[in-house]
Amino acid sequence: MSSVWMSVTKIASKVQAGELKATELVEQSLAMIAEKDEYRAIIATTSERARSRATEIDAKVANGETVGVLAGVPFIAKDNFLVFGAETTAASNILKGFDAPYQSTAVERLEAAGAICVAKANLDAFAHGSSTENSDFMVTKNPVDPTRVPGGSSGGSAAAVVLDLAPFALGTDTGGSIRLPASFCGAVGYKPTYGLVSRSGVVAMASSTDVIGPLTRTVEDAAVVMSVMAGKDRLDSTTIDSTPAEFLELTGELKGKKVGVIKEYMSEGLDAGVRARIEAAIAKMEEAGALVSEISLPSLPLALAAYYIICPAEVSSNLSRYDGQRYGYTYTEAENLSESFSKSRSIGFGKEAKRRIMIGTYVLSSGYYDAYYKKAQTVRTKLIQEFQGAFEQFDFLVGPVAPTPAFKIGENTADPLQMYLTDIMTVAVSLAGIPAVSIPAGLSDGLPVGLQIMAAQRKDKELLSVAQATGELLV
Amino acid sequence: MADLTRDDILKLARLSRIDLEDSEVASYLSEMAEIIKYVELLQSVDTTGLAPTAQVTGLTNVMREDETWDYGYPAHDLMKNVPATEKDQIRVKRMIG
Repeated sequence: MSSVWMSVTKIASKVQAGELKATELVEQSLAMIAEKDEYRAIIATTSERARSRATEIDAKVANGETVGVLAGVPFIAKDNFLVFGAETTAASNILKGFDAPYQSTAVERLEAAGAICVAKANLDAFAHGSSTENSDFMVTKNPVDPTRVPGGSSGGSAAAVVLDLAPFALGTDTGGSIRLPASFCGAVGYKPTYGLVSRSGVVAMASSTDVIGPLTRTVEDAAVVMSVMAGKDRLDSTTIDSTPAEFLELTGELKGKKVGVIKEYMSEGLDAGVRARIEAAIAKMEEAGALVSEISLPSLPLALAAYYIICPAEVSSNLSRYDGQRYGYTYTEAENLSESFSKSRSIGFGKEAKRRIMIGTYVLSSGYYDAYYKKAQTVRTKLIQEFQGAFEQFDFLVGPVAPTPAFKIGENTADPLQMYLTDIMTVAVSLAGIPAVSIPAGLSDGLPVGLQIMAAQRKDKELLSVAQATGELLV
Repeated sequence: MADLTRDDILKLARLSRIDLEDSEVASYLSEMAEIIKYVELLQSVDTTGLAPTAQVTGLTNVMREDETWDYGYPAHDLMKNVPATEKDQIRVKRMIG
């Protein structure tokens, strides 16, 4: 993809060498944001803080100090990351005005490496959605076709990258929220192994599947960003042991790699144009020496049902903290505490948040817990076992990210279940906690199609290596 | 499974501390009934002998030393988004009576 930006590594090395100024990069990014405002990708800029950080970085360089592997590189954070310099709203009315008292670990680590957050990207409120139409503030438009959605929930982040607003953006993926918008907009979207990146300081959605990852133009950029963000954090006890530096050593080679094409994702219901792009991509992997064959994971058609029990259950728990007392919108006219709770939540939450809270409350209630929640968690075990079996035979699994390219704005908003079905090819990966990446695999009728590549847990470096090699074949 | 009723929606809303307008109840009922019907797909799956999974990377009961550390932010800063405070504490409405 042609771009006004060089690779993040190149930008950083030029800043470090004094050939590029961080202040100029920040101005360039802010100018792009202003120029492309009609796409509604950005909720707010952090311009004042970004400019002052850029000045500090330029001063350090002038002083002969080493800044870091992302020296002066501007980036955009999804608005569910706590960041200094602008409100953190998660695109929800209930968090409007929230002034982060500390920053998310991911952003702190990026800043420590010299990166500069310039803006906050739009999302479906609380990341509940697949199209970014569920933002309480505005609908982001697809950069390739503004009559269509960018996908969601990290739609603002994906659009920002494709619109060249910054060299990279941060997203979160709970059931496909990085991969889907990457596929719909034509970006690289990488969902790491669960636990690889700290979620401290990120607005929680469904804690057993929430992950943080980058949206970028290239796989290499995603890897560099991960080398900075990944790793254990005492502020998030679910983080796993890892060696983030290995992300700087991608060794992309397809020859001899065993690649399984997921039968269930290539079945009827798949848009013909998407099928054509995915089959063409797989053919190129085979030409480059990959050993390709079909694999069936028979429980995959159950994944969406399991996800839409587990996810709202966890959402209902995580959103119980929005009670109007500690932060967020509060109804000040209440007579007593109980009224304050219910009025604050009723006025503050949007329709989809309320729907998920009530579904979650239903599936967790005493009479239905075993039939819904426990059953879903048991089906999850079945899915995990099938993935484990598949990864005994294959190094990687491939398929589409979604059954169709980006749909029209407004097409699915009246039917929540139809909207949920958009996630049908991404949620299984989330339930299993395995890493997956969406890379651009060409256009279908002018709309981007993403190829989804999946690997076993903790095989993130191998995944990005093969994604890089595959991406080069698809240019 | 029994079909979701209007009373179920009202009860779920009450448990969730959400007040619904009369006009909202019908739409939530039809949408949630459709979603619940879809997820009931799982009822027919044979899961004999399988245990439920709540955590996917094998970490359980992550412990640390019971000690404080300086988080770097004064308590006052952490309170800046609280709607009503008194002496750096959260002030809430009357609970009883």
